[in-house]
Amino acid sequence: MHSVPLSWYLILSAVLFGLGVAGFLLRRNIITVFMCIELMLNAVNLSFVAFSYQLKQIDGHLYAFFVMVVAAAEAAVGLAIILTVFKNRATLQIDEVDSMKG
Amino acid sequence: MEFVILTLVKAALWAVIILTTLAYLQWVERKVIAHIQLRLGPSRVGPHGLLQPLADVIKLLTKEDLTPPQANKLLFVFAPFFSVALALLPVAVLPFGPEVEIFGIRTAIQLTDLDIGVLFLLAISSLSVYGIALAGWSSNSKYALLGGLRASAQMVSYELPMALAVASPLLLSNTLSLQELVITQSGYYAGWIPQWNFFKLPAPQVISYLVFLMAAFAETNRIPFDLPEAENELVAGFHTEYSSLKFASFFMAEYANMITSCAFATVLFLGGYLPLWPAEKGSDLFPTALFLAGGAIAMYHGLHPARPRDRRTLPAVALLFWFLAFLFQVPRLKQILIPMFWFGFKTGFLLFVFMWVRGTLPRFRYDQLMAFTWKFLFPVAMLNMLATGLLVALYGG
Amino acid sequence: MTEMLIFWAFAVVSVGCAVNLVIQRHPINGAISLIGVMGSLAVLYLQLGAEFIAAVQVIVYAGAIMVLFVFVIMLLNAEAEQRTGRSAAVRLIGFPSLAVLLLLVGMLIRRLAPAPESVRFGDFMGGTAENIGRSLFTGYLLPFEVTSALILVAIIGAIVLAHKEID
Repeated sequence: MHSVPLSWYLILSAVLFGLGVAGFLLRRNIITVFMCIELMLNAVNLSFVAFSYQLKQIDGHLYAFFVMVVAAAEAAVGLAIILTVFKNRATLQIDEVDSMKG
Repeated sequence: MEFVILTLVKAALWAVIILTTLAYLQWVERKVIAHIQLRLGPSRVGPHGLLQPLADVIKLLTKEDLTPPQANKLLFVFAPFFSVALALLPVAVLPFGPEVEIFGIRTAIQLTDLDIGVLFLLAISSLSVYGIALAGWSSNSKYALLGGLRASAQMVSYELPMALAVASPLLLSNTLSLQELVITQSGYYAGWIPQWNFFKLPAPQVISYLVFLMAAFAETNRIPFDLPEAENELVAGFHTEYSSLKFASFFMAEYANMITSCAFATVLFLGGYLPLWPAEKGSDLFPTALFLAGGAIAMYHGLHPARPRDRRTLPAVALLFWFLAFLFQVPRLKQILIPMFWFGFKTGFLLFVFMWVRGTLPRFRYDQLMAFTWKFLFPVAMLNMLATGLLVALYGG
Repeated sequence: MTEMLIFWAFAVVSVGCAVNLVIQRHPINGAISLIGVMGSLAVLYLQLGAEFIAAVQVIVYAGAIMVLFVFVIMLLNAEAEQRTGRSAAVRLIGFPSLAVLLLLVGMLIRRLAPAPESVRFGDFMGGTAENIGRSLFTGYLLPFEVTSALILVAIIGAIVLAHKEID
């Protein structure tokens, strides 16, 4: 066995994505939830690069690059939102930001 | 298998060289700053204070190793060693010389030539923010936290003009590999002006060189940008709570970062290991002449000594210098020693500039520091990159 | 052989760090674990021949985005999450069913994976900065310009949201 089957990379990507979804649904600290979103984006990047290897084209790398750029923009704005929420509610637990709950 | 053994031998050699250079860089800095401030610097421990680094190491190792009570123990121990590990990594990609043949083995005087060498160095400088931020956080102390916050904001802000200043000479050289970068800077205009990126037509990189140097001052937390670790500002900033070996690690990391920044500037802008004027016009004799002159001065002061001890030590130093001057002319060793000499000469000059600036300039206030990067350095670096791109597109690379 | 070793080592590290991110109660530990995930993914990208993407992953993701996270955690002095009054059913049923789900997905991928392609280090040499630059400025020029507008909007949004009122 001198090489790694490509499907293993895809399985790894699926596992990371699943863990990201689990963390997103289960955790209550807003920063941890946000970090699980980043984990999901990373898993998707791995998929893109793996398929780019399979097709021997560079387009997958470019998609991964754009995903990273969008993740950077989203992280900046998301963290600014977190700062604003903290300024107004003095809490980082998403359970406690429920004043619009019916 | 031969490749593995060769790389291991080179890695061991590089490790020894960089660690010794780190120790003696500290001595050189203390002497230079002392002479700028009209005093002597370390002069008691060993001749001319040459054993001072050894004394400092022994002192730091035997100090008590304190951990503040509520500190995050894992991160507290992890941060300084992460800093030092990242600071020592870039030595692996710096080109000290071209491909040479030693004992029948063809190898470059470089540990590894990555195709993305420049990106590797940028990645290391991005990651080195963590050592400082986590040190500030894990110390569980107000001063450390504030120092860590300020230092990480400063380092992240100055990475932007640094990356743009690095991108401009890449437009001229068209490669990300460090060895290739140096090779594209070989050649001379009109027979004697070197084609370094600093002088290269159509776009001499003077502005990006200055921007890179200023960003390097900020990245390595040196004066005038050393507010995060200033002693009279925030007690000692992010390394307030550190003592003994961990403090020594931060210290070593700072000097290693300085060496890396100067070496990177040398490779990008000043032509790496290439000589100042062509070898045909006699630049091979320059290191010999320099060491002969140094030996002559040492011998003169040895024969008319200022202190009785000098009558014994200075002539020995003079003989050592003359032996080194002779070594630079031995044909087998010449091809290895001369590029390394030029690389060391240029990097050493930049390190001297770092120390000169430390002894001369006051430090920036934090808001002045941030305004300087966002309102001045970043637009200047961006305009310089635009101008370089325009000139390269119009007049060809 | 070495490729298998590298893949297994860094896959285990990345999954371990991801599990740690989901489990840890203090966000700073989660942030460090996420940096570990990104670092090991960068090595896996190198194995897939994506040298530029690996470098950009470390520079942008692990070196800038995560610094932003760590910065915000330090600024807000975030504390560990409190224990919830959730029922134990979540933990008893939730995690095993997640594991079963992931196992099913894994088997599905192996059944439906397009070709038994093997990853050999050095088979795909096209991931260089030159190729990416060429594609970025010719075929993908429009998305490139749009992302620059996106970044500008994000900068303005972040500044507007997080700035202090000047009285």
